[in-house]
Amino acid sequence: MPDAAAPLLSVENLKVHFAIRSGVFQRQVGEVKAVDGVSFSIGPGETLGLVGESGCGKSTTGLALMGLVKATEGQIAMQGAEDVTQMRSIPRSYRRRMQIIFPDPFSSLNPRQRVRDIIRAPLDIHGIGTIEERRAEVAKLMSLVGLRPDQADNFPHQFSGGQRQRIGIARALALKPDIIVCDEPVSALDVSVQAQILNLLGDLQKELGLSYLFISHDLGVVEHVSHRVAVMYLGKIVETGSKDTIFTKPLHPYSELLLRSAPAHDPRQRHKFSAVSDDIPSATRKPLGCAFHTRCPLATDICRQIEPRLEHKADGQSVACHHR
Amino acid sequence: MEKTMEPALAVSDLNVEILGENGAFPVVSEMSLSVRAGETVCIVGESGCGKSMTALSLLRLLPDGARVASGSIRIHGEDFLAMDRRKVEDFRGDKIAMIFQEPLSALNPVLTIGEQIAESVRQHRRLGRREAFARAVKCLELVQMPDPERRARQYPHELSGGMRQRAMIALALACEPKIIIADEPTTALDVTVQAQILGLISDLQKRLGTAQILITHDLGVVAEIADRVIVMYAGRRVEECSVYELFENPIHPYTIGLMGAVPHRDRSKAAPERLTDIPGTVPPLWDLPKGCAFAPRCPGASARCLEERPPFIEKKPGHFAACWEHDNA
Repeated sequence: MPDAAAPLLSVENLKVHFAIRSGVFQRQVGEVKAVDGVSFSIGPGETLGLVGESGCGKSTTGLALMGLVKATEGQIAMQGAEDVTQMRSIPRSYRRRMQIIFPDPFSSLNPRQRVRDIIRAPLDIHGIGTIEERRAEVAKLMSLVGLRPDQADNFPHQFSGGQRQRIGIARALALKPDIIVCDEPVSALDVSVQAQILNLLGDLQKELGLSYLFISHDLGVVEHVSHRVAVMYLGKIVETGSKDTIFTKPLHPYSELLLRSAPAHDPRQRHKFSAVSDDIPSATRKPLGCAFHTRCPLATDICRQIEPRLEHKADGQSVACHHR
Repeated sequence: MEKTMEPALAVSDLNVEILGENGAFPVVSEMSLSVRAGETVCIVGESGCGKSMTALSLLRLLPDGARVASGSIRIHGEDFLAMDRRKVEDFRGDKIAMIFQEPLSALNPVLTIGEQIAESVRQHRRLGRREAFARAVKCLELVQMPDPERRARQYPHELSGGMRQRAMIALALACEPKIIIADEPTTALDVTVQAQILGLISDLQKRLGTAQILITHDLGVVAEIADRVIVMYAGRRVEECSVYELFENPIHPYTIGLMGAVPHRDRSKAAPERLTDIPGTVPPLWDLPKGCAFAPRCPGASARCLEERPPFIEKKPGHFAACWEHDNA
């Protein structure tokens, strides 16, 4: 379907379940539904922000997309590819078009490898170009991300955190992917450096027409980079919409809570934060019905029994809530 | 607060250094600050700026290899640095206490929450085991721990991150210290839990009237909780003023840079396409530039900035900064 509005990537009903094993015989005693039926699509040149708190499954979603954790179920389709593929076995041709940037630039680079070899590795693996071409490509990639090509022989420890994240970005760009999964790419960095990396990602998107799945817990960052936003809670997307609708008129009570909890950056408009603790469940003990009902001011009997489905409202905004 | 009141904690001209292989280098230089009862002073800066070292030195908890080279710390007028170890231990927990960033590593994993708080109480008060434990439960109630009786009998690993931080705060408050130092108390928490803990910290301060020093890298947290703010860069204060003044009329280029670098929601203005980034990185403390430490990254640096370090002086009533170029602007 060569359609102008066709998404670059669409993911249907992605599930990642992990077995909980225990005892001498490692028998399965339970299951963590880290990602439990997530669907989304990303258009060419678009950034989808995936936001949620720790344990909501946002990073697992990104890893499953890259085949770095095995999906339990789900389909994936990419523009230009023939068929819809099962998420369990993503073919190499797909992987070449998707790359990932990891959150921690200190542990995601091999300390024993020179930067040149780190950035070149994807080209070696996929057998692209001659040795000479690869070398030239590494130099090009390094200048593209703002590193000096003459530092190619250095090791990761000779770089600062921000520079290391640039190395990670250069590695992700090596295969000329269409889409990059940015998994908390700035959360380990200081704010001044964080801004450098966010600006770089923005510039690269404009220059190369990249799409991003931008995974973050930081609402300020997500609002800054995203075109569309999906809010995740305990393995499910509870609301999606354009950035403006999510940040100005969220419908899901969890999205509202998130926005209400973000510090204001204006001492004249301080929040009256409530000190009261609420009952925060985890993926291992997920409540029945709507997973958010234990914390929700709107919860009624139906929420405790029936899980709401993600339903389309207006302006491309969808929400999973019985009361909205 | 009345101006005549003696500060609960007064630090003057504090210098902290680390003994490295190639001699000692400063990590905190010429630090002065004072906090009064009921006041919250935030120290804000990026990693390596010396904010955590400042916090640790205030409790005389500096790690091996680091030491206070000079300066004074006075707690309720008493010279804290001159005290012997016994007296320091009496003071710690009783007069001044600390809330750490990572409660899971700061709490003892093999003692229940209640036992740990009771232990701290018994260190400073003549109480029996049972009374001390009852006091621990009361402390957990104070920090609005849900189901405090049961939680007191649980171990740290059995609690969620937010509850652990509540336990940590309860532990710090157990002997009703008048001064609390909190080092990044919400950094490890999710945003909805951070909101609860910030709410709790400000509620408790209103009720107990403690003097508070809060260390953070997050300007959002500063805006929510500070009365006064000290901005640190490369071991030194670069700016100090009231929180309103800081957000409305920041002086130092580093502060201005930080404000522009944080993406945040300001609906009154159009969203900026690009963030104002600060080029380069923080210089290593053992190899600081000669003049102003920020000069190599500063958009407005002059020749003088590279040569001479600007003094930290009052630029406007109550507003201090260390910058040559501000005078010329």
